[in-house]
Parts: sequence; C-alpha cells; structure tokens
Amino acid sequence: MRKFKEFIIQKLILICGLASIFFVILIFLFLTKEGLAVFKSVTPVNFIFGKSWYPISEPAQLGILPLILGSLMVTLGAAIISIPIGVACAVYIAEIAPLKIKEILKAGIELLAAIPSVVLGFIGMVTLVPWVKSTFHLPTGLTALSGSIILAFMAMPTIVSVAEDALYSVPKSYKEGAFALGATHWQTIYRVLLPAASSGIVAAVMLGIGRVIGETMAVMMITGNAAVIPQSILVPVRTLTATIAAEMGEAVVGSEHYFALFAIGIVLFIMSFIINVTADLFLHKRK
Amino acid sequence: MYKKTLFVLIGLLFTVSAFAAKNNNSIQIKGSDTMVNLGQAWAEKYMEENSGDFVAVTGGGSGTGLSSLISGTCDIAMSSRNIKDKEITLAKQKGIDPFEIKIALDGLAVVVNPANPVSKLTLDQLSGIFTGKISNWKEVGGSNQKIVVLSREVNSGTHVYFKEHVLRKLDPNSKEEFAPGALLLSSSQAIADEVAGNSSAIGYYGMGYISSKQKHIDVAQNEKSAYINPNIENVISGKYPISRPLFLYTNGQPQGLIKKFVDYTLSKEGQGIVIKTDFVPIK
Repeated sequence: MRKFKEFIIQKLILICGLASIFFVILIFLFLTKEGLAVFKSVTPVNFIFGKSWYPISEPAQLGILPLILGSLMVTLGAAIISIPIGVACAVYIAEIAPLKIKEILKAGIELLAAIPSVVLGFIGMVTLVPWVKSTFHLPTGLTALSGSIILAFMAMPTIVSVAEDALYSVPKSYKEGAFALGATHWQTIYRVLLPAASSGIVAAVMLGIGRVIGETMAVMMITGNAAVIPQSILVPVRTLTATIAAEMGEAVVGSEHYFALFAIGIVLFIMSFIINVTADLFLHKRK
Repeated sequence: MYKKTLFVLIGLLFTVSAFAAKNNNSIQIKGSDTMVNLGQAWAEKYMEENSGDFVAVTGGGSGTGLSSLISGTCDIAMSSRNIKDKEITLAKQKGIDPFEIKIALDGLAVVVNPANPVSKLTLDQLSGIFTGKISNWKEVGGSNQKIVVLSREVNSGTHVYFKEHVLRKLDPNSKEEFAPGALLLSSSQAIADEVAGNSSAIGYYGMGYISSKQKHIDVAQNEKSAYINPNIENVISGKYPISRPLFLYTNGQPQGLIKKFVDYTLSKEGQGIVIKTDFVPIK
C-alpha cells in the first residue's frame, strides 16, 4: 500500500513537472500555426523590413520594422538607465551597506517589484510625461524616453537581486586575498569582485531586459504609439507588445490583421527566447 | 423519507428556475467607446423602470463589440460605424445575422488647446494636418509650433470614421492615411487629457467629450462655405460636416428582452437620454 501511494505521488509530481513544458509546446504550436498564415499575403522580408503599419487599410500594409525598432529603442533606453544604477545598487547592498540599511534597501526593492505595471504607467503619464515635455522642449512628452524611464524602474528589482546574489557567491578568499595584497576596498570591488561575479551580473542584466521587452501596459500608456521609425529617443514610438494589446480587440478572427498580430507574437517570442537563453548560458558558465 | 426527497426536489426546481430566470433577464451590451456613456445611461434608467431585468454595458471599441456579437459573447453591439462586408461574411459563417438599428447621431469635434490661436479650419486643412502634409501651426494661421496629431487606436469606430470622412473625404479610391507620426491613444479621455495639457496638440472625439479644458474648432466644408460650430442644432440640420450615425447591432430582428430594450432606446424617454449625454436624437 505504501509503495502504491509512493508510486501515485511520484507520477503526479512528474505530470506537474511535465505540464509546463507541455503548455509551452502547445502555446508555441498555436502561435506558429496562426502566425505563419500571414505569410500567405505578405513575404517574410516585407513583413519584417516593411516600413509602414496600416493594418486596417485596403490593401493592408503590414510592415513591422517601426514596431521592432520601437521596442528595441525603448528597451535600449531602459537598459542604459537601469544597468549602471542596478549594478551599483547591488554592489552597495552586497559590499558596503551596514546591516540595517541593507535590510531597508532590500525591502524597498522588493516593494518596487510589487507595483503593478499599470500603476507605474499611470504615474508616468501624470508626472513623467509633462516633465519630459517641458525639460526637453518637445512637442509632446509621450516619447520612447518616458517609456524607458518607467521600464528602468521595472527592470531594476530583477537586476539588483540577481546581481547581488552573484556578488555574494564570490568566495570570501578572493576578497581576503585582495585585501592582503594591500588593495583598497574600491580596488577590490572593481578589480576582483565584479570580474569574478561578471557572468552572474550579465545574467541579471539579461533577465531585467527580458522583463522590459515583454512589458505592455505601461509602455502603451506613455510612448504615444506612433508607428514611425524612431530617429531619436525623444520621439513617440510604438512597440510590438502595445500593438498586439491595442489591436487584438479589433482584428476580425481569421483576417490578415489577426494573423499578423500572431506573427508579431512569434517575433516577440523569439526575441525573449534569445535573451533568456543568453542569460542561461552565462548563469551556467558561472557554475 | 419521501417527503424529504420531495422537499429537496422542489428546492432544486426553485433554484434552477431562479438561475434560468436570471439568464433570461440579462442583456450584454458591448462596443463603441463613444457610446459607452450613452449605453450606461440607458441601462440605468431602463433597470430602474424594469426591476428584475439586468443590462451590462462595456466599451472596448466598435470593432470589439461587433466581433463579440459575431462570436456570440454579447447580445447587442454598439457601433459608431457601419458593419463591414468582411464582418457580415464572417458573421454568416458563424450563423449570426447582424441586424442594424440606427439610434442616434454624433458630431465629431476637432479640438485643440485653449491657448492655441487657431479656431477654425476647412476640411482640406484638417485632412492635411491629420495626414501630416501640414506639420506646422503657422501654415494654418497659428503660431510657429510643430503640430502634434492625436488619433484614436485602430480598434475605434471614430478612427475609421474620421479617416474615411475627413482624411479621404469619402473618396473610395483615396489612399490617404493618418500620418505615421500620429500618436494613437487608447481612449477619448486620453485624447482630451493630452489636448488639455499640450498647446500644440490637435485631436478629435465625440461631441459628448467637449469641456472647457479644450477648445473645439469650427469646421467648413471648403474655403467658400461658412465655418460651423459643432453643436446639436448644426448636427440635426446637417450643416456640421463631420457627423455620423450611431448604431446598435443585434443577431436578427430583436426579440423578447432585447426588443424591449431597443424599443426603450428609441422611445421618447430613451431619445431624451441621447440629448442629455450630448448626442443628437434621430426623432
């Protein structure tokens, strides 16, 4: 009887474990099936490098280059802002901060991670957007930069906590060795600790970026959603995610537009897959 | 023992009939964001008068409403544009027969920031501005400022209507599109907020959204004709050039509860609510 119970429980857990893989495969198959149908009406090259996105016109123009560049622009901006701050914050927490401040900081960062993205988007719309408009003397504050700043807030908690873990796992003897050789604290941090934890820090950055590229709600609220190829970070952009979210309701099921939105889903899936795999490679290298 | 069973059975019967009754007495209405306020006002009044009936109204855009009617997830779709041929074909495939009821008129107001000196434009100028051919306010008599064009998202009936009637001036062969740099905002309220805070912005929405924080533009058919203010009289008389009908769509001729509600919207009282929510009645 006990053996039987054991057997049942083992198999149940096995099924739960396999379930997530099974779902991923199902989702991927569905996405591919619906998305690839768009290539009956537009060639893959024209789809990815086409410069205009007018999905509901007759005939529809389905070029997603402005959307891809919009997503990349917002993500790049968010990375430039969040990486230095995030890594520096991790170094401070792991190496310098006294215990009390460390506890407060960690709680604060966890809270930041807990704010829903729509709330961040709303706050950004009311406070950040007018600020960006007046500071840079722009015709409108709904720009890629506003999106980048808000997304940097969302990427930071991930970057800080993973990078901090990486710094902790550097063997203590490295640090002691550096001190013994007469290095100052700062020299130890940037010549010994950071290089030793580098693969973990890269993984942290990649996970942070992965979160940014898939984010939808906040971006849709504050980037202006204009499908133009962005010439700078101070212009409105339309991201891949916002396009899907904004247009899914309108797309008639089974139409070109509907398939095109699924194809955008595939592009997004591939982008975040590459980012996750890169992060994974670096994490394994560390071990 | 028998008695107990009987009690239970009777009890079950009551619960079942209660549930069934609840389903029969509720209507799901979905669609045009422009019409959400109107739909909700109707629903509230209607439910006050017919207690026991339940009407739920949600927005999302005309396209959203029509596609839920087609997929059978709502009973009435509100739409600020005519149903497309494509949508009719798709509905037929799913065994749905869309039935159109015209229930009100709406004037589309073009709005700018109150600080903007421009207060009247022709349809040609509007077309130029929204397609991006005119990109500076000084070209239409304003100050030297870049024009920020605001539009609704593509799921909006207002977006489609504006494109066909203003950008393309009803020419079926026209290929005019919104400027690629136009900001697509997800609601009329978002446009109202951005116009209120941005002195170089121009946007459009249903007359119901006009408030003192935005300035509406008087519009003329062409340079020679008069500039017309978007108000109820001018829409009824047909003088204001950018006005459109608003529709309800049902599956086949409305029947039962749906008919009761549709009749209510067309009644004197229903049309009175149309005026109160700043739309224009058809009767």
